[in-house]
Amino acid sequence: MKLDSKIPGGPLESKWDRYRFELKLVNPANKRKFEIIVVGTGLAGASASASLAELGYSVKTFCIHDTARRAHSIAAQGGINAAKNYPGDGDSIQRLFYDTIKGGDFRAREANVYRLAQISNQIIDQCVAQGVPFAREYAGLLSNRSFGGAQVSRTFYARGQTGQQLLLGAYGAMMRQVNAGRVTMFPRRDLVDLVVINGQARGIVVRNLVTGELESYAAHAVVLATGGYGNVFYLSTNGASSNVNAAWRAYKNGALFANPSFTQIHPTCIPVHGTYQSKLTLMSESLRNDGRVWVPKNPGDTRPPDRIPESERNYFLESKYPSFGNLVPRDVASRNVKQVCDQGLGVGPTKYAVYLDLRDAIRRDGVAVVQKKYGNLFQMYERITGQSPWELPMMIYPAVHYTMGGLWVDYDLMSNIPGLFVLGECNFSDHGANRLGASALMQGLADGYFIIPYTIGGYLAGTRIPDVGQDHDAFKESINQVSKILERLLSIRGNHTPSYFHRELGRILWEYVGMSRDEVGMTKAKEMISRLRDEFWQSLTVPGSRKDLNQTLERANRVTDFLEFAELMVDDALSREESCGCHFNVAFQTQEHEALRMDETCSYVAAWEYQGEGKAAALHREPLRFEYVELATRSYK
Amino acid sequence: MTETTLNLKLKVWRQKNPEDKGHFETYQAERISTDMSFLEMLDVVNEKLILDGKEPIAFEHDCREGICGSCGAVVNGLAHGPQKGTTLCQLHMRHFKDGQTLVIEPFRAKAFPVLKDLVVDRSALERIIEAGGYISVNTGSAPEANNLPVPPQNSELSMDAAACIGCGACVAACPNASAMLFVGAKISHLVLLPQGKPEAARRALSLLRKMDELGFGNCSNERECEAVCPKEISISNIARFNREFIKASFGSTEE
Repeated sequence: MKLDSKIPGGPLESKWDRYRFELKLVNPANKRKFEIIVVGTGLAGASASASLAELGYSVKTFCIHDTARRAHSIAAQGGINAAKNYPGDGDSIQRLFYDTIKGGDFRAREANVYRLAQISNQIIDQCVAQGVPFAREYAGLLSNRSFGGAQVSRTFYARGQTGQQLLLGAYGAMMRQVNAGRVTMFPRRDLVDLVVINGQARGIVVRNLVTGELESYAAHAVVLATGGYGNVFYLSTNGASSNVNAAWRAYKNGALFANPSFTQIHPTCIPVHGTYQSKLTLMSESLRNDGRVWVPKNPGDTRPPDRIPESERNYFLESKYPSFGNLVPRDVASRNVKQVCDQGLGVGPTKYAVYLDLRDAIRRDGVAVVQKKYGNLFQMYERITGQSPWELPMMIYPAVHYTMGGLWVDYDLMSNIPGLFVLGECNFSDHGANRLGASALMQGLADGYFIIPYTIGGYLAGTRIPDVGQDHDAFKESINQVSKILERLLSIRGNHTPSYFHRELGRILWEYVGMSRDEVGMTKAKEMISRLRDEFWQSLTVPGSRKDLNQTLERANRVTDFLEFAELMVDDALSREESCGCHFNVAFQTQEHEALRMDETCSYVAAWEYQGEGKAAALHREPLRFEYVELATRSYK
Repeated sequence: MTETTLNLKLKVWRQKNPEDKGHFETYQAERISTDMSFLEMLDVVNEKLILDGKEPIAFEHDCREGICGSCGAVVNGLAHGPQKGTTLCQLHMRHFKDGQTLVIEPFRAKAFPVLKDLVVDRSALERIIEAGGYISVNTGSAPEANNLPVPPQNSELSMDAAACIGCGACVAACPNASAMLFVGAKISHLVLLPQGKPEAARRALSLLRKMDELGFGNCSNERECEAVCPKEISISNIARFNREFIKASFGSTEE
């Protein structure tokens, strides 16, 4: 298979401009004749639905929740990057581009990332116009703060609820189109299959989560914006309904899955405390602006943190990385936290935690200033742990947070299946092997507001798309197949719940495909996953019926795909013989235990193709060419 | 994080579907860690029900960090339970006592029919937003962001209101099942910003009319909504909404 990324030629700065000019346009009067399905209503899905409907397309939008506004983008805390350079501290589109490429450890496409940096400023304008209440300075102008992997302040924020406010903006824009009759909303629907007819994506089958009915919807193009798959680890910062189903079922219909092993483990989360635990909670990266990460110098020092004198504290990030200090990128911070804990220097009851201390900021700036910046985060920490960060430093440990991997897309954000577009976290496109903080919101909105409206037009205007209705046999066939799977899940009647298998799967992945990976462990993980999958199909139990609101069945259906997908993750990690960004293979490290990239052999995107039940997936490599940035060893020292 | 365990008696509302009459059922929640969240406690009860071949208690949840607004139930008469400013998912078991009985019911309101057990249909709130709870601006037509300074005190007040998570606890707690706090918060969020002013009159009128049409009651200053709001949204937002409504009714040309 030849992978055509459709990167336009010419100078980097003018690629997107020229490409847009060359794209075919759909006549305004014809737009309403085109039906577009959008699955997912996070930042990418909601902004795409709104923008496409504003242009005049007929949009059908599906979401898993009872309302579009609950998509997990809502939980993003810290902020959104843009190259406005309002603080005048040396930022530019070029610098945002470079920081993002470098942050991703040189495993993303130059052209895509440059476009993202170019669009970033328009996003801020759009969100302000929609009424997003960003933080402001005394004169009423927009305020910025710093995030990891950057030495400029380019992050816009709305307290610790930036994702919520941006999502409410996009949701409002979409609801306006619902009111105008150009978007039809289908809430409480779970995507169970993608329907491909004559090689084109032509519709979806969804399960109505209230009635249990399987419903078919046909369209001229399908847009997936269904988020990431971090929940494959069971414990993550994701919402409970975040899953891999949509992406996985597209994959089984022929879409390529790119870099599935690239999962971001976020350094600052509240540590795990019990086996019943259902999720991990992130403490925003913005805390690293003022918070200092440390452990006691002496292993076994059990004194409370406020009794440990300055001279006996090890501020390990500051001493190892003097120029970026506590603001190193997430992968670097996480790895270092793991290293100090593995050395027995960790704190707290499990010894798998480090301190994140704002004492110095409170002394320097006063309670009021710290309260204004981080008050709600402090409150959240205290609510969960029962311990006040005003009195003692927070304890944090890394947790699974975001997935850079996802469905393979070209410059149009279209997968290798014509008519299937993939946006936001669901695609693999812009973050390489590690995403910088405050860049996910930027990408989701860039894809939805400012890229898909152009590229989908080019596809619809330039492609012959025959009429197909939802009575086509392909839909019936899909419904039959899905019904069989659901029936099978209900008929096993074994002695383990879906959560049991999910938890076990998570343990395997965290241990062997987490922050540090080696060949022996990964090979072992593959066997363990395969055994767990067999056990699942023999001893699962799901009560109730499929023609009803049945949350256990929903869960089981998700775990089914996680169990298959996990194996592809391991295959991907095994095949990449280097360390880069989040992917740390212990066989490839520098003397200082930093990731050792193998640019000669591994400067590629791994795109995996489904080969059928029980067969090994085929690996296609899309070479990454760097014309504008020099491949350098990433240094934050 | 000093962990101890509790044994609790739960009386939970079970209802098969909207037509079913529904009833309370009693369950024992045993050896519940005080570090668990309320929903994790329900997970434990549900795991046992599933293994016994029974249908678990249906309840909504997603982010489990108090921001998505999916979760919510009435615990011992209080929406989202006894802890102030806290969603059900962020309510931790350390706030309960060993041996306590907890009565757990769905949010009840005329506009929120029960779908199953603790799951209710809150789509009426969607219909209200759809009627005009936004600023009408097409993608790509926005001016440069800093051309429009916003006094930080207005921006802060706007953010206080915009923090609403749309959970519906305010409606469930109100004796009139009114959505005035929800609507007031949306009106305030937008009208406190200069970009929200041009449509202020139309927005106030259409949101109020839609609220009436959907069967929500009006406000009679009981303040129950404010008391249960997990985001502690102030009823001053209702006052602002009333002012906006009066201005729109008498001082504008909007119909």
